[in-house]
Amino acid sequence: MYAVQIAVDAISLGSLYALVALGIGLIFGIMRLINFAHGDFIALGAYALIVPSASATTTLFVGSWPWPLMVATVILFVMLVALVTERAAFRPMRHARPATLLIGSFAVSFFLQHVVLSVYSSRPKALSIAPGLSEPLIVGGIRILKLDLVVIAVTISLLIVLAVFLKRTSYGIWMRAAAEDFRMARVLGVRANTVIAIAFAISGLLAAIVSIFVVIKGGLLSYRMGVPLVLMGFVATVIGGMGSLVGAVIGGYTVGMVSVALQAVLPTGLRDGRDAFVFIAVILILLWRPGGIVQVAALKERV
Amino acid sequence: MTIRRYLDVSAPAAMPALLIVGIALAAHLFGSNLLQHSVIEMLIMVVLVVGTYVFVGNSGILSFGHVSFMAIGAYATAWLTLPLFLKKLNMPGLPTFLHEWSIPVTPAAFLSGLLAALVGLVVGIPILRLSGIGASIATLSLLVIVTVGYSNWDSVTLGTSSIVGLPPYTDLWVALIWAVSGIVAAHAYQISRHGLLLRASRDDEVAAQAIGVDVFRERLIAWTVSAFIVAIAGVLYAHFLGTISIDAFYLNLTFISLAMLVVGGVSSLTGAVLGVVIISLLIEVLRELERGIDVGGLNIALPPGSQEIAIAVTMLLILIMRPDGLTRNREARWPFWETGAPDSRDFKGQGRET
Repeated sequence: MYAVQIAVDAISLGSLYALVALGIGLIFGIMRLINFAHGDFIALGAYALIVPSASATTTLFVGSWPWPLMVATVILFVMLVALVTERAAFRPMRHARPATLLIGSFAVSFFLQHVVLSVYSSRPKALSIAPGLSEPLIVGGIRILKLDLVVIAVTISLLIVLAVFLKRTSYGIWMRAAAEDFRMARVLGVRANTVIAIAFAISGLLAAIVSIFVVIKGGLLSYRMGVPLVLMGFVATVIGGMGSLVGAVIGGYTVGMVSVALQAVLPTGLRDGRDAFVFIAVILILLWRPGGIVQVAALKERV
Repeated sequence: MTIRRYLDVSAPAAMPALLIVGIALAAHLFGSNLLQHSVIEMLIMVVLVVGTYVFVGNSGILSFGHVSFMAIGAYATAWLTLPLFLKKLNMPGLPTFLHEWSIPVTPAAFLSGLLAALVGLVVGIPILRLSGIGASIATLSLLVIVTVGYSNWDSVTLGTSSIVGLPPYTDLWVALIWAVSGIVAAHAYQISRHGLLLRASRDDEVAAQAIGVDVFRERLIAWTVSAFIVAIAGVLYAHFLGTISIDAFYLNLTFISLAMLVVGGVSSLTGAVLGVVIISLLIEVLRELERGIDVGGLNIALPPGSQEIAIAVTMLLILIMRPDGLTRNREARWPFWETGAPDSRDFKGQGRET
C-alpha cells in the first residue's frame, strides 16, 4: 500500500521536474543556452495569479477566474515574458560563448527576481487556488492526492502533444533540425529567429503549467520560488543527456524518483539533508554516464 | 627565470595589483569609513574571483562550486580562532584539541586554506573526471552538498544560525596584502609549466592530450590551488564581519563572483581583477543612489530593489556589447615598454571552435 503511495508521489514529482527539464532542454538544444531564468518564468506565472501589491494579505486576481480562463491567461502571460526576454536579452548575445550566455541568463534571472521583489515585496504570500485538488482520493486503502493524478495526466498529455508537434509539423521538424546542427539548418533555409522564438514560447508554456501546479501544491509564493525548481531541472537535463528532449524527460523522472526514494529511505535525522544525497547521486550518475543517460551525437566534438 | 625575463612577463600580475593598491591608498587617504568598508569588501572579492579564475580561467570549465570552498575556509577559521568558551558552549561536536586550543588568525588562515585544498583534492578526483557541462553540474552539486551539509551539521556549524565572535583581523592593509598575494600566486601558477599545460588543454583538449598532457592531473592541480585561494577569501570575510552563516555562501555569491569574472574576461587574470573593480564600483554607486542624493534641497532616491535591477541591466549590456569581457580575454601589458612577452592575442583564432 505504502509503496503505491510513494510511487505516485515519485511519478508526480518526477513529472514536474520533467516539465522543467524540458523547458530548459528545448532552448539548450537549439542555442546552447542554459536558461537559469526559467525558474523565474515559473515564479512570474505564479505571481500573475494575484493582484500586484506589497501588502501582507493576498488578493486573488487571475487566480479567481474560472479555471480554463485562468490557465490560458497564465500561459499567455508567461509565454509573453519568455518571448520578451529572448528578444531583449538573449538575441543580442546569441553568438557569445556558452559561458557568457549562462551568465547572461543569470543576469536575466536576477533582474526578474528583483522586479517581482520590488512590486510584491520579499514577504512570502500564501494563496489557495483549486482547493478541491488537494483533497485525497481513497481507493482500496490507498491515499492519493487528486492533484498528483492531475499532474501526471497533464504531463503525459503534454509530452504526447509535444512529440507530435516535433515529429509531424514543419515547425517541429525545423526545431529538431536546428537542435541537430543549427548552422546547417540555417543554410537549408530554417529561420533562426522563428525557431528560437518557438522554443522560448513552448518553454514559457511549460513553465506556466509548472507554476500553476506548484501553487496548488505549495500554496506559497516567494520571489525566489523558482530557484530550487530550476536547479533540479538543470540537473535533470544534464543527467538525462544535454541536447536530448527524451533525455530531459528521463532525467526529470530520475531526479524526482531519487528524491522521493531518499525521503522514504533516509532515517529521520538525515532527512533535512536529503538534497545533499540527491546531488551525490547526481555526481554518481554522471560518473557512470558522463554524457548523460541519452547521449547526443551532435554534441560530441569531432576531431 | 631571470629577473629581466620575469619583468617581461609580469605585467598581468603587476598592473592589476597596482590598480588595487592605488584604490586602497586612495580609500585610506580620502575615503570615509563607509567607503573603506566597501573597499575591503572589494579586496575580499578580488581574492575570491582570482581564486576562482585559477581554475575556471585556465581550464575553461565553469565552476559553480568555488563558493563552497569559501564556506569551508570561513568555518575552518571559526573552529581555529573562536574563544574557547564559545566553542565549548556552541560546538560540542568539535574534536577535543580544538576545545583546548585556539590560534592567531594568520596561521589559522593557512590551515583553513590547506583544509579546503585537501577537500578540493578529494572531491576533485571524481568531479574532474567529467568534462564540459557535466563537470559544471558536478561543481554545482558540490555547492548544494556543502551548503546542505553545513546547514545540518549542527554540532560544529550551528546549522543555519550565525556563528558570532570571530576575532577582528581583516582591515584594509591585511585585505590588500592577501589580495596582492592572491594575484601574484595566480600569475605564478599561470606562467608555470602546469599553468601552460592546462591552458593548452583549454584551447584544444584533444591536441593537448596528443602531445602528452595529462589533462585530469593538470585540472586537479589548478582546482586544488584555487580551493586554497578561495578559502582565504572565506577567512578574510569571516574575520571582516565577525560573524558567518551558511546562507551567505550560496547562489547569490556564486552568481556575483562569476559575473565579475565573465564581465572582466574569463580567461584573463587582468580581467578577473578588472571585473571585480568595475562591478564593485557599480554596486557602490547604486547603493549611494538608493540612499539618495540631495539635489537643491530635494532628496532623490531610487526605490528599493532598483540597485539589483540596475546591476542586472548593466551586466547584460556589458555581456551584449563585449561578450568576451571588458579585456576581450587579453592580459595587461606594460605601458611604454615593448617586451618580447607573448600575448594571447597572437594566437587568436587558432584553437578549435567550440
